[in-house]
Amino acid sequence: MTDVAQIRRDAAQTRRWGWWYVTELRLREMKAYISYVVTSSFGNPLMYLLGLGVGLANLIPDGIDGVPFLVFVGPALLMSTILTIGAEEGMYPVLGGFKWHKIFFAIHATTVTPGQIVGGFLVHLAIRFTFTAGVFYLMLVAFGAVPLGTGWLMIPISILGAFAILTPLAAYSAGIEDDRGQFALIQRLIVMPMFLFSGTFFPLSQVPDWLEWIGWVSPLWHASQLGRTVSYGLVEPLWLTLLRVAILAAYGVIGAILMRRAFVRRLTR
Amino acid sequence: MSHSVIRAVNLTKKYDDFVAVDGISFEVARGESFGLLGPNGAGKSTTMKMIASVSTRTSGELTVLDLDPNVDGPAIRSQLGVVPQEDNLDGELRVRENLLTYGRFFGLSRAEAGKRADELLEFAQLSDRANSKVEPLSGGMKRRLTIARSLMNDPQMLLLDEPTTGLDPQARHILWDRLFRLKEQGTTLVLTTHYMDEAEQLSDRIVVVDKGQIMAEGSPAELIRTYSTREVLEVRYGSDKNVSVAALIADVGERQEVLPDRILIYSDNGEQDLAEITRRGHHPTTSLVRRSSLEDVFLRLTGRSLVE
Repeated sequence: MTDVAQIRRDAAQTRRWGWWYVTELRLREMKAYISYVVTSSFGNPLMYLLGLGVGLANLIPDGIDGVPFLVFVGPALLMSTILTIGAEEGMYPVLGGFKWHKIFFAIHATTVTPGQIVGGFLVHLAIRFTFTAGVFYLMLVAFGAVPLGTGWLMIPISILGAFAILTPLAAYSAGIEDDRGQFALIQRLIVMPMFLFSGTFFPLSQVPDWLEWIGWVSPLWHASQLGRTVSYGLVEPLWLTLLRVAILAAYGVIGAILMRRAFVRRLTR
Repeated sequence: MSHSVIRAVNLTKKYDDFVAVDGISFEVARGESFGLLGPNGAGKSTTMKMIASVSTRTSGELTVLDLDPNVDGPAIRSQLGVVPQEDNLDGELRVRENLLTYGRFFGLSRAEAGKRADELLEFAQLSDRANSKVEPLSGGMKRRLTIARSLMNDPQMLLLDEPTTGLDPQARHILWDRLFRLKEQGTTLVLTTHYMDEAEQLSDRIVVVDKGQIMAEGSPAELIRTYSTREVLEVRYGSDKNVSVAALIADVGERQEVLPDRILIYSDNGEQDLAEITRRGHHPTTSLVRRSSLEDVFLRLTGRSLVE
């Protein structure tokens, strides 16, 4: 007969790696839609770069910010791609795990805790974002759009930016009981405006003053500006660069705390 | 260590003002097969979730394997197998992969998980579907796969929430056979059901629950002995006549229940009572003499039928 101390000891050992088992599961699940991930990882940047870099860039022969338009827009395109995937991953995949395929409940019936489910979910996404951002970065390099050697830092910055939008959205999604079109509304009222008014295609200073606040609250603007700093050396005061990192980290950390809390609430009621 | 693997004292769960489980107390012994029988909404699943250490109790005491779920949830869960009411298999994975990944959650190495998965596919009669997708499987197969998954960690106790709801009779019998084998191997089974035949087939002991409370407790035979008669005579006179005829034959048998479609006469000799009714000139359109069942026990205890 197993005694109490033995049960606790065995479980403690297993529990240390709970988050990794969840990551492993998500990676294995990815096999089912790996062709989509790979195709979109290559196809997305290619279309953006051909359309904007080769097409739109011709209309702006002098470039922006002292660099060719493609160099200016490249980091923001990478960021907006990864942040958009981040926003998507924070919506249906989270709600579905509770409401439709209920996989989070299945995992929670084991030794794995709600916090570890969140941890594993995020680690898996970090791996996926690294791949997609890495491909995007290499394509930018191939198009000659990354002058500086520090350009690769766009990859970790994009992950930071993606988590800044993903975790608060996931916290919200985990609390939804019924799908009444909330996600379509988020797409239209949050994700799309963020894309349009975050200094993606043109500097934020071009936006009317009364719309500039969107940039300041938008993770995409901060991520794009950081991307430009490491990619072509956009000059900004050091405090502003640090502030941008701090804002993204704050979104991500507070979001992750709220996300964990929402998962605990939904899984243990 | 006490003899009981589950001990609940005044166990209560409230959702805002709604009391789902209202101060129930029971114990389950190691190796026992224990059933919670009651209609939908009786609080069975909520009780099950508290035992499974995924839902925190509002008040009362609960120990599972001598541990408190509020403190040692993951440790308790490491020793349990859980078959939820709705299958929550991973549709992105193949049949065998569902077992492999689940085994990993309990810390099994990939090799151990693979070996165990193959054994359990055999047990669940799904070896030939190992590499199939989950979606095309029949309801019974999905259920067996869920049971196989719940056994990946070689649990001390298996919790089954409505294991055969929605399955056809043949699939139910295959499932019962598998569960009976586990029972023979000494696995503690705790199941909820609203099917009396399932409770009778699988449980050594049953608690009858209704509206979050325990109405009665005992083995199926004890419950029937205590709360019902040996036989039941069912007679039908047509829905507009049942009530009026019932009044005229009220003295026949020990007790009567008048349902909208028939009259149940509880008796120790149904044939004899049927002869008496016929002798009095009340010829039923159809009649049936059968053994008392847990359905009759439930009807007696609550005034309602199990499946409504």
